Amino acid sequence: MAIAVIDYGMGNLRSVYQALAHVAGDKEVLVTSDPAVVQKAERVVFPGQGAMPDCMAELEARGLRPAVLEAAANKPFLGICIGLQMLFEHSEEGNVPGLGVFKGNVQRFPEARMVAADGSRLKVPHMGWNQVWQKPHPLWDGIADGARFYFVHSYCVQPEDESLVTGSCEYGVPFTCAVGRANIFAVQCHPEKSARDGLRLLQNFVSWQP
Amino acid sequence: MLAKRIIPCLDVTAGRVVKGTNFVDLRDAGDPVEIARRYDEQGADEVTFLDITASSDQRDLILHIIEDCARQVFIPLTVGGGVRKVEDVRRLLNAGADKVSINTAAVNNPDLVAEASAKVGSQCIVVAIDAKQVAPGKWHVFTHGGRNDVGLDAVEWAKKVESLGAGEILLTSMDRDGTKNGFDLALTRAVADAVGIPVIASGGVGNLDHLADGVSQGRADAVLAASIFHFGEYTVRQAKEHMAARGIEVRL
Repeated sequence: MAIAVIDYGMGNLRSVYQALAHVAGDKEVLVTSDPAVVQKAERVVFPGQGAMPDCMAELEARGLRPAVLEAAANKPFLGICIGLQMLFEHSEEGNVPGLGVFKGNVQRFPEARMVAADGSRLKVPHMGWNQVWQKPHPLWDGIADGARFYFVHSYCVQPEDESLVTGSCEYGVPFTCAVGRANIFAVQCHPEKSARDGLRLLQNFVSWQP
Repeated sequence: MLAKRIIPCLDVTAGRVVKGTNFVDLRDAGDPVEIARRYDEQGADEVTFLDITASSDQRDLILHIIEDCARQVFIPLTVGGGVRKVEDVRRLLNAGADKVSINTAAVNNPDLVAEASAKVGSQCIVVAIDAKQVAPGKWHVFTHGGRNDVGLDAVEWAKKVESLGAGEILLTSMDRDGTKNGFDLALTRAVADAVGIPVIASGGVGNLDHLADGVSQGRADAVLAASIFHFGEYTVRQAKEHMAARGIEVRL
């Protein structure tokens, strides 16, 4: 049974593939844009980088929307970065609708609040290693609360339902950096680039039985 | 809070690390992948490879190194040196680089920055600026290892590349590079305050206070150093502990 990494032509998935392959043991990792492969996979990783309007357009153009929605409904599903943002209803970036799996919007870091404690300007994108504060979830197993993960993004998700939040972070403002519900877990950070703790999160996903 | 980053940099030519290192227990001190792994273990936040391969027939060797590295090192990897076309950027990213640094080609052809960031995303595009002081409080952009003054004001150039779509600036003081006298803090601060994208300070690090000064006085978002790590004077972890002791947020 394979782990499918959904490839809709936006950016480089080699890092995601390599990190998953590193922790997947004897499970096969497939980078694919074929809906049939996604359908057959045991679990699905939904990555993304770049701008959400482009990501949504490419996803549609490849006819992958139904396969993504089906996977999100019934098998272990991990969203990463824009793959988290696309699960929501709408993004301020390019004013586009998302997949609407979760209620809520994606908004840019508020310019007026981008000020550090020493008065200097906080730069956007939020790039680098920041602390993730957890809500209990099996995917955090073995990872310390407040462990640092690697982030690169300018937009954040705002879930309507607080109970979805499985991780939060702070950059000028507190923001949601992980959500989970049933078989879905999704993070704003890049576990594939987050050294040991990132690999642990991926390993937890690979063995997760939601 | 977001951590300030420490980035060890490796000069690579024809697939080998140029200056080597004196990690006593390394099997191969010239192997870039093994050294990158070591830095990852020490807690480096990213690793940068600077490919200084002169002959074009050996330039593809860097692609194999990146492929190997991406299989074993799970932190962001930046590659620079000899990047002239969008196709070069794409090949490096496809090999496993997370960011590609553009230097001389950006000066010669600023459209490359715009084109590359539009194609692969700003987050993948670093513009490297080599700057040298030409008058008090004034720096120009130089190419060819600090020999050619291209007549651009470094601060203005930094703003320009930001507007073209650069996601980050790697700022090297050619006055300080190799001196071990510390970063040019006035230059670093002038650029860091002028742009809204992260600035990596480079050039001149000789001790751990220099790294901390780059952040606290230069207002850099990240600090890059080569020799103090290669020759085993300090580990990345020691550097981070020192920065933490000076009140700087780091990933430990």
